[in-house]
Amino acid sequence: MKIFVPMDSAAKAVGADEVVAALRAAAPDAEIVRTGSRGMVWLEPLVEVEISGVRHGYGPATPEDAAAILDGTSAKALGPVEDLDWMKRQTRLTFARVGVIDPLSLQDYEAHGGLAGLRRALGMTGQEIVDEVKASGLRGRGGAGFPTGIKWQTVHDAPCDPGARKYVVCNADEGDSGTFADRMVMEGDPFTLIEGMVIAGLGVGAEQGYVYLRSEYPDAIKVMRRAVEIARASGVLGRDVLGSGRAFDMEIRVGAGAYVCGEETSLLNSLEGQRGVVRAKPPLPALEGFLGRPTVVNNVISLATVPVIFEKGAQAYADFGLGRSRGTVTLQIAGNVARGGLFETAFGITLDEVVNDLGGGSASGHPVKAVQVGGPLGAYLPVSKFDARLGYEELDAEGGLLGHAGLVVFDDSADMLGMARFAMEFCAIESCGKCTPCRIGAVRGVETIDRIAAGDLDAAPLLADLCETMKEGSLCALGGFTPLPVMSALTHFPGDFARVREAAE
Amino acid sequence: MPDPAIDTAEIDEIIQAHLHLEGPLLPILHALQDAFGCVPAAAHVPVAEALNITRAELHGVLSFYHDFRAAPAGRHVLKICRAEACQSVGGTALAEATLARLGLDWHGTTTNGAVTVEPVYCLGLCACAPAVMLGDRVVGRVDAARMDSLLAEAGA
Repeated sequence: MKIFVPMDSAAKAVGADEVVAALRAAAPDAEIVRTGSRGMVWLEPLVEVEISGVRHGYGPATPEDAAAILDGTSAKALGPVEDLDWMKRQTRLTFARVGVIDPLSLQDYEAHGGLAGLRRALGMTGQEIVDEVKASGLRGRGGAGFPTGIKWQTVHDAPCDPGARKYVVCNADEGDSGTFADRMVMEGDPFTLIEGMVIAGLGVGAEQGYVYLRSEYPDAIKVMRRAVEIARASGVLGRDVLGSGRAFDMEIRVGAGAYVCGEETSLLNSLEGQRGVVRAKPPLPALEGFLGRPTVVNNVISLATVPVIFEKGAQAYADFGLGRSRGTVTLQIAGNVARGGLFETAFGITLDEVVNDLGGGSASGHPVKAVQVGGPLGAYLPVSKFDARLGYEELDAEGGLLGHAGLVVFDDSADMLGMARFAMEFCAIESCGKCTPCRIGAVRGVETIDRIAAGDLDAAPLLADLCETMKEGSLCALGGFTPLPVMSALTHFPGDFARVREAAE
Repeated sequence: MPDPAIDTAEIDEIIQAHLHLEGPLLPILHALQDAFGCVPAAAHVPVAEALNITRAELHGVLSFYHDFRAAPAGRHVLKICRAEACQSVGGTALAEATLARLGLDWHGTTTNGAVTVEPVYCLGLCACAPAVMLGDRVVGRVDAARMDSLLAEAGA
């Protein structure tokens, strides 16, 4: 008997390890494989039992369910996992293997298409590799949406002193609330990130890579470190990548709890051992990045998508999507939602379909009030905006930000003035302090919102003015985009800002 | 003042083990904290000298990052997520009730030294919120009863 149970931290957080212990006790001879998560977090812990080669799901499982799952009588039976609506409606390219394979089995990885992209890339020149990424239309999945191929071209073309190095740096400082795609891919399919980084190295002429991984993800750190060891021992990393004579190696580095280090220049400073303070651009990191050398800085999902682009071809990837948003988007549906999790689909799906259809509305059963799209720096969108399509330009046109494609659902109990205040408070706590609009503006923002809360509506224009200053005057997205949640809350939910005065009158 | 409980040979060993890295400071600070529960004052001069940076620069780095401590925390560190996804399902009330029950403010440690409570901004468990982390162990869908059993387990 073969049983699959996720070791993804979301599954562990709701009791997967306890379920495994109960299964082991009840069926000592069964083979239990720990996998990543399929992304149906509301069904975690999701136990899968292989019956005649088909994996049947049971969830959300508790230790008490073990016996009934093993003898096939459990009321939590979901049928074949691949036939579930959530699975069938997806286009899983980046996440094809997540939840399916043992994350630390390189054999499993290869058997499911892994390393095919790298083998193809090893037969190409750096320029051909860069051109392939350009043709795929892949854009930075960390939030900014910058075309990945253009960034690689800049690093490829960057002059480099003889003996000096170029670098590939993976931004795994996934600090945005409502996002967990980076974590899931690192815990569920670490070799795809490694393979993507090797291809990036071959493309731009770098032989050393770093993953800057946040300290809040202890499970992802363990899996990635082990995966790098395995890859090195198997010749995927090292001086002779898959016997090609080409070199690439990498290290996992751990952050230290600073949100701003998700910004690429402060990440580079942190990696160098300095305060994680933002650098002014130019110079671009592509020309003067880690230790002043040409550096590709890409998000986890961007790099983890590179192998499938090389495996299936750039055109096959670009065939998915909408407008200038090509390929798939890894939606993270979170917060007060009935069915939360990870859903990979072509760009262009509407907000309504995601929240109400896939997500099933709020978890509380109360009406949905707002969705924050794109993390703490993304806008709060009201239900009236739910026709918006999820694409970089499409959401921008609605005053939103796709960001890292996390969506946090709020029901009607949410206090939008409180959420706006939290956005400013968070910015004040996490500001690196380099630029004044962010460092001082966020503190003044909290005070100004407190004035509004106390009934002083004259403070509202002041808040708008302050937000304008932060937006135009900040060095990076922290100060520059904090006004987005604040102003969207004020614009779309004015009642929450006027309530106190009305109560006083 | 040098702390007699701190083994300076161990500090030197940790520093030496990381000097070959590019950008060794954060790995050194993490390793020191893993060994001593904090970055001990006794390590400041050796680290600064080994990396050829000033003590002021080192202080700048130590004080910039939330993770690094000047003194050890309680036996267990309970991190409660304060971010938006957890707020959407009652995270704020959970955090406030926990702090009130323990009689602590954020970053405080119970008088018996068992638990230090800290805020964290996202554990990536946003689809099974509210989330907390006890040591390295993540816990999702935390309610009052779950929190009680976690605190009992930690001896708070």
